[in-house]
Amino acid sequence: MAASSRAQVLSLYRAMLRESKRFSAYNYRRIRDAFRENKNVKDPVEIQTLVNKAKRDLGVIRRQVHIGQLYSTDKLIIENRDMPRT
Amino acid sequence: MLLRAAWRRAAVAVTAAPGPKPAAPTRGLRLRVGDRAPQSAVPADTAAAPEVGPVLRPLYMDVQATTPLDPRVLDAMLPYLINYYGNPHSRTHAYGWESEAAMERARQQVASLIGADPREIIFTSGATESNNIAIKGQGLTLLLRLECSGAILPCHSFNLLGSSNPPTPASPVTSTTGVGAIYIRRRPRVRVEALQSGGGQERGMRSGTVPTPLVVGLGAACEVAQQEMEYDHKRISKLSERLIQNIMKSLPDVVMNGDPKHHYPGCINLSFAYVEGESLLMALKDVALSSGSACTSASLEPSYVLRAIGTDEDLAHSSIRFGIGRFTTEEEVDYTVEKCIQHVKRLREMSPLWEMVQDGIDLKSIKWTQH
Repeated sequence: MAASSRAQVLSLYRAMLRESKRFSAYNYRRIRDAFRENKNVKDPVEIQTLVNKAKRDLGVIRRQVHIGQLYSTDKLIIENRDMPRT
Repeated sequence: MLLRAAWRRAAVAVTAAPGPKPAAPTRGLRLRVGDRAPQSAVPADTAAAPEVGPVLRPLYMDVQATTPLDPRVLDAMLPYLINYYGNPHSRTHAYGWESEAAMERARQQVASLIGADPREIIFTSGATESNNIAIKGQGLTLLLRLECSGAILPCHSFNLLGSSNPPTPASPVTSTTGVGAIYIRRRPRVRVEALQSGGGQERGMRSGTVPTPLVVGLGAACEVAQQEMEYDHKRISKLSERLIQNIMKSLPDVVMNGDPKHHYPGCINLSFAYVEGESLLMALKDVALSSGSACTSASLEPSYVLRAIGTDEDLAHSSIRFGIGRFTTEEEVDYTVEKCIQHVKRLREMSPLWEMVQDGIDLKSIKWTQH
């Protein structure tokens, strides 16, 4: 099986960021940092391992976003505030 | 079979039209933004119904009590709550075998986090049970002051058993309450007697059916913790520094409890002199905090931990514990700091002790009269 190309990795990255926007702040930041951390990996086997893991995680995110929405509750006090930037 | 089909139909129905949400528990959780409706003796149907603004939840800064479940952990647990519901001790069918496999996989994940052999891990119902096994199971009656932390593996149990295998630094293991584990070293062997008798599960060390979904969750949480330890540690340390620095630079007479060197950054215990701890907690109603450990929060007793480390009696009541976890954001920390500073200043303004201190009176020289 051919190793994932740059285009595939980028597309996966975008998909994960998109899904995680509907999730907590943690996810967006974590995904971005994880992809950044691994951006210089050259070994195709390692790349494939990372891509497979990311695909599994994307599945987790999709399912859990859905469940979170089913059981959604009120916003946090901080999410409604007009925070003046100091 | 019928159950599986029913579940699938229900899932389809749910995605088609989200029905009414499950009723949110109302006691004490809902905060009202906007004017509080005045308590009126006039019966409701004659008075105009007061307009209630949107209800908002407080920020959660009490991770030492319990943590939000990491979605990766919930995702691992759900199949064992839906379709794979077998008893791991059922030896005669696939339901049992798949549950047993999941249990052993979880055991491996827990062992891997602390660098142990899976045979050295026994599942329990939580840190309290593990501590009991560790102490009473060895015939010891030490009166140790231990902080309960259901969210973190019982690292103190490892130390009591004289383990030369240092456990990994206490990392946020975000699993559910109701499950825990104990590490019992095999080489050299540590002899521990079982406290709970029954069917001989867990090598006879802890009888009782092992709750597959819960241990799967614990295993997944340990695996995630191992993966995220470095990243979480860096982030939490940064947020911790931010909280402490910002509070201390704006407020005098704040003491940080605990050893600054051997200190888990996500657990910050601050004492605010001349401020009563409970009043500060109640004032910070938009932030979920606690003073001392959760198991004593119902009483007004100051934390026995603080007493034990020799903090002054007059400071013991004003200690607040801030918990920073994997999901805590910078905004939440900043909001907490802002509110904390605001309310400590306000409460100090009202405090006669503070007034006396500002006037240069030494509080220790005061002779309080009996009455």
